Amino acid sequence: MSRLTTAGLMTRLSRLLSLAWLAGGYLFLYLPIAALVLYSFSASELPNTWGGFTLKWYAALGHDQELLDGLALSLKIAFATAWGSVLIGTAAAWALVKHPRFRGRTLFSGMVNAPLVMPEVIVGLSLLLMLVSMQRWLGFPERGALTIWLGHLLLGLAYATVVLQARLKGLNPQLEEAAMDLGARPGEVFFLVTLPGLAPSLVSAWLLTFTISLDDVVLSAFLSGPGSTTLPLAIFSRARLGLSPDINAVATVIISVVASGVVLASYLIARRERRLAAEIAAAQHA
Amino acid sequence: MQSTLKTTQRPTPMPTPKRTLGARLRSGQALVIGLPYAWLLVFFLLPFLIVMKISVSEMDVAHFQDLFTWSDGVLQLRLKLSNYLFITEDDLYFKTYLNSLKYAAITTLLCLLVGYPFSYYMARAGKALQPALVMLVMLPFWTSFLLRVYAWKGLLSEGGWVAGWLSALGVEPLLVQLGLIPAQGQLMNTPFSLVLGMVYTYLPFMVLPLFANLSKMDLRLLEAAADLGASPWSAFWRITVPLSVSGIVAGSMLVFIPCVGEFVIPELLGGPSTLMIGRVLWDEFFSNNDWPMASSVAVVMILLIIVPLAWFNQVQAKAQEGAQ
Repeated sequence: MSRLTTAGLMTRLSRLLSLAWLAGGYLFLYLPIAALVLYSFSASELPNTWGGFTLKWYAALGHDQELLDGLALSLKIAFATAWGSVLIGTAAAWALVKHPRFRGRTLFSGMVNAPLVMPEVIVGLSLLLMLVSMQRWLGFPERGALTIWLGHLLLGLAYATVVLQARLKGLNPQLEEAAMDLGARPGEVFFLVTLPGLAPSLVSAWLLTFTISLDDVVLSAFLSGPGSTTLPLAIFSRARLGLSPDINAVATVIISVVASGVVLASYLIARRERRLAAEIAAAQHA
Repeated sequence: MQSTLKTTQRPTPMPTPKRTLGARLRSGQALVIGLPYAWLLVFFLLPFLIVMKISVSEMDVAHFQDLFTWSDGVLQLRLKLSNYLFITEDDLYFKTYLNSLKYAAITTLLCLLVGYPFSYYMARAGKALQPALVMLVMLPFWTSFLLRVYAWKGLLSEGGWVAGWLSALGVEPLLVQLGLIPAQGQLMNTPFSLVLGMVYTYLPFMVLPLFANLSKMDLRLLEAAADLGASPWSAFWRITVPLSVSGIVAGSMLVFIPCVGEFVIPELLGGPSTLMIGRVLWDEFFSNNDWPMASSVAVVMILLIIVPLAWFNQVQAKAQEGAQ
């Protein structure tokens, strides 16, 4: 009897511990975000003391030309990065999943995975030095949006490939085979069967690479030229100097836009997945 | 879907559709492999070779010089190894490399200590709850890293929430004892704030691979262990942990390698005593304009991370093969 209650006590204790650990972890992850958002509405000049409610920092953003220009440039680069990464990433994921053996495959998968962990200062420095050498020979490219895009693409390609590769591997090959047996041409198989199956991951890879590009500081710092200051570069140069409340307002805007976009996209993807699974199940029973 | 397929059906079905498909695809497939391959060779591998070359070049006023020059009809090779000699002899560089490795190792260890139980409990939560739990880990990871690091400045400096809580809890004397902060009330720009910021930033990189691993574990193994008389504690250490080694390695490498060269976090949260190598490279490049020196620093950094990097690539490749 007494052993049973100790066991019961132990289970209860361990459940309590697991709840506490999860709650503590999520608190840790979300605390800075909560502080940023809250103090963006504070009238105090010190961004970590409450000075009454205000919207003046938001109003000031509309006149902050440096930040607005930076935002426009960043959005442009992020857009191009997301498309480029998803396109090349699909090819890379396809090569890695559908071709278990080709010459130089190890080097290829190493080059795809390395940018995930490679310190950005190294990637940025080496890419810049190559582009500078290239410019000395060929006369282009100038440092600017194009060179930043090339750097972001390298990072985005790695992330997109990892996301797409996982999905491509999970797709049921029988669907493609069935389509081929029914006489579909290879292009039709790809566009009518494989691509719709990949779609959710294409969307998440696109969003992920978009946000990575929108957020990058180090690669942009190395690869930017005069007059091409992205939003993170502008924010970073202010943040280095110290705390300033206008950053809190920018942060709140960015965080709410990105977070709602991501939540909405994943909701839509989950709904589509459920419908697709139901359709496949129905087709199998029919 | 079905109707689309029917309309594309041709009157005479091909006898061996698969082989024809292979033949047809071959030309297209070459492009599928070739395009990303060529892209990575040009924009990822070639730059490293150029950095290695520049690290042994001499710098004139505005540019590094070519390694090979023609003068009087003779090909001359100039190799300048003094940068590397300088790095090995100068105390500052040695200490900074050591510092970077130390903080990266501490960060990895703390991420593992916090992240392992966290992912374990995530993986053992109800199946219906898990997608939401993963989403909640991913979400901060999607929202600006720069701004979240910046937020810690506010939280840790005077008047910030965390600064207030830590002093109320009375842990500051302990932090002083450990040498993490110089004096009570000074949390910012110390080893403490640096490590906190790095653990905060890299925790999701530890949690996600661990969760992926732990949530796939066959729980019947634990039942079998319990039936055979193992206590939950020993079952955890003898079954769960060994089975999750690949997740531990993947997570640790995802944290350790980028931490060695981290620049933004030490710049915003670190202080004079926490100089890291990413900052040194940055200064050589941006302040001193010494590109060969910056390249040498980068090459030595690559040498430091090449072993963990190779390990990471192997684990990734194995995980990718394994799922096939």
